[in-house]
Amino acid sequence: MEKNKAVRVFAEEIRVETLKEFAALGFGHVGGAMSVIEALAVLYGGEMRIDPKNPQWPERDRLVMSKGHAGPSLYATLALKGYFPLEVLSTLNRGGTILPSHCDRLKTPGIDMTTGSLGQGISLACGLALGNRMQGRDSYTYLILGDGECNEGQVWEGAMFAAHFKLSHLIAFVDLNKQQLDGSTKDVMDMGDMVQKFESFGWLTSKVDGHNVDAILDAVHAGKAQSEKPVMIILDTVKGNGCELAMQKFPNHHIAFTQEEMAPSIAKAEAVLARVKGE
Amino acid sequence: MSYTVKQTIEKEAVEMRAVYAATLCELAREDKRICVLDADLVGSSGVKPFFKEFPDRAIDCGIQENNMIGTAAGLSAAGMIPFAHSFGPFASRRCVDQIFISCCYPKLNVRILGTDPGVTAAYNGGTHMPFEDMGTLMSIPGITLVEPTDSVQLEWLIRELQTAYGVFYIRMQRKLAVGVFEKGSDFELGKIARLREGTDVCLVASGIMVGEALKAADSLRAQGISAAVLNAFTWKPMDAQTLCEYAGKCGCVVTAENHNVVGGLGSAVASALSAGAPVPVEMVGIYDTFGEVGTEAYLRERFDLTAAAIERAAKKAIARK
Repeated sequence: MEKNKAVRVFAEEIRVETLKEFAALGFGHVGGAMSVIEALAVLYGGEMRIDPKNPQWPERDRLVMSKGHAGPSLYATLALKGYFPLEVLSTLNRGGTILPSHCDRLKTPGIDMTTGSLGQGISLACGLALGNRMQGRDSYTYLILGDGECNEGQVWEGAMFAAHFKLSHLIAFVDLNKQQLDGSTKDVMDMGDMVQKFESFGWLTSKVDGHNVDAILDAVHAGKAQSEKPVMIILDTVKGNGCELAMQKFPNHHIAFTQEEMAPSIAKAEAVLARVKGE
Repeated sequence: MSYTVKQTIEKEAVEMRAVYAATLCELAREDKRICVLDADLVGSSGVKPFFKEFPDRAIDCGIQENNMIGTAAGLSAAGMIPFAHSFGPFASRRCVDQIFISCCYPKLNVRILGTDPGVTAAYNGGTHMPFEDMGTLMSIPGITLVEPTDSVQLEWLIRELQTAYGVFYIRMQRKLAVGVFEKGSDFELGKIARLREGTDVCLVASGIMVGEALKAADSLRAQGISAAVLNAFTWKPMDAQTLCEYAGKCGCVVTAENHNVVGGLGSAVASALSAGAPVPVEMVGIYDTFGEVGTEAYLRERFDLTAAAIERAAKKAIARK
C-alpha cells in the first residue's frame, strides 16, 4: 500500500467519475484522460494551494493542462473538490455545457487556463510563473504536457525560456503514455530520451511511475526543495490506464462506445476504488 | 476626443520608438503591472531604457516569437499588463495561432506591437515587409487593431492601453513619422478622427498615408474639389457610423493604406459601407503582392502609395457617383 492512501483513493474516485462522464457521452479522449489521473490526484489532493470556493484567488497555485483534451479527468477532479456539482459531469460536450472537450478558463470554475492547440500551454505556464514572481507571489504553476504534444516546436522554446529565467516555481509533467492519435509515439514521431532532452535544456528532471502517487509526490517535493531550475517530472504512464475498454484498443486516443460497453470498465474501477478504500 | 491637426505637415523630430519607450517607462514607474517582452529586437524596438530601468519587468525572449506571445498571455493571466514586440510579420503572421488561442479566445489582456509597417520596412525587404499583418489578424473575434499615425497619437494610445482591457495589435512605425497632430491631442479607440471637412469625396487614411491624404486634399481643393479627410487609426472595430455619415455627405470614398487592400483598411471600410451607405469606393494600397527591398521613398513610388495616387483615385470615385 502506498503511503498516501487518501491521494490514492482520490485517484480512484477521479477514475470512476471520469469514466461515468465519458459513458454519458459515448465517445471521447479516454486514453489521455486516464493516464494523468494520478498526477491530478496528487495536485488537487493536497499539493496545490487552492480554494474551491474562490477559484480566482490570486494567491492560488495554478494548473495549465496543456494537453487540453484531458479536460474530462480534470473536470471530474474539480467536481470532486467541490468547484461545481458532480451532476454537471454528465453534460460533457453537450451544447451549452460548462465542460467543453478542451479546457476553457472562461467556462469551467477551477480551470486556470484555456488550452487545446497543442504546444501553447508551456508558454502560458511560463508567463504565469513569471508573472507571479514579478508580483511577489510564491504560488506554484503546474503544467501537464502530452508526450505527443512535445512534437511541437513551441514546447522547446518554452523549455529554453523556463530554464533561462530560472522559473523554479514551474513544475511540469510530461504524460509519457507513448501513444498519440495516429499510433505509438515511436512510430509517429520518436521523441527519443525525454529525460535527457529536458535535462539538457536545464530542467531538474526525473522520471517516475506515473501511476504511483507516492513517487509523483516525492518528485514534486524534490522540485520544491530547490530554487534554481524549473522542474520536469516525466510520468511513465499507460494510455487508458484503469479503463479496461480503452486498454483493449490501440490506439485509444479517442474512442467511441455504448453505455453497455463502458459499464464493465466502470464496475472494475469501482471495485478498485472499494479495494483501495478498504486497504 | 479633442485633437488639433497641425498647420504644417512634416517629419517629426523624435522617433516613434523613443516616444513609445519614454511613455511606457513613465507609466511603469507608477504601475507595477506593466512589463515588456521582446524577441531579440530590444535594440531595434527602442525599449532599452525600459530594460535598464525595470530589469525585473523586461524580458528578452530571444528569437522565439510564438513563446513570447504565449508568455505574454500567461503574464496577463497573472495580472500583469504585457507589451510584446517584434517586427510586424513576426509579431502577427508568425503568431496567429498564439494570438488566437492563447490571447483572444481566453479573453486575456495583451498588447502586441508589430513594427515597421509595409514599406517602412525598407531595406529589410519583402521578408520583413508586412502588407498583411492587420488583415491576418482581422478575423480574430474581439481583437482591436490600431495603427497610430504619429508620435502624438501613439503616446495617447499607450496611455489608453494602461487601462483598456483586451488584446490589442499596434502597427507601429519605429522611426520618424510625419507629424499630423498637435501635442496633447487625444482620441477615442474605435472612433475615426476627422481631419478635414469636405463634400465631394471622403478620403479615409491610416498610418503613413494620412500625410499623403492631406496633401491630396490640398491639391484637390486647388482644383475646386472639396475632399474630407478621415483618419481611421482603429481598423477593428471599424467606426461604421462616422464612415456612413461621410459617405452620405460626400457620395464616394477613397481609402489609403500601406497594406494589402485584401483584408486591409479598404476591405474593412467597404464592408462597413456596404451595410450602411453603399457608395463608390476606390482603394489606394497594395494590390495583393509581396514587398521588396529599397528605400522607403522608392517603395512608396513603386507601390503607388502617394498623394498623386490618392488624387487619381478621388477623381475616379467622383466619376463613379
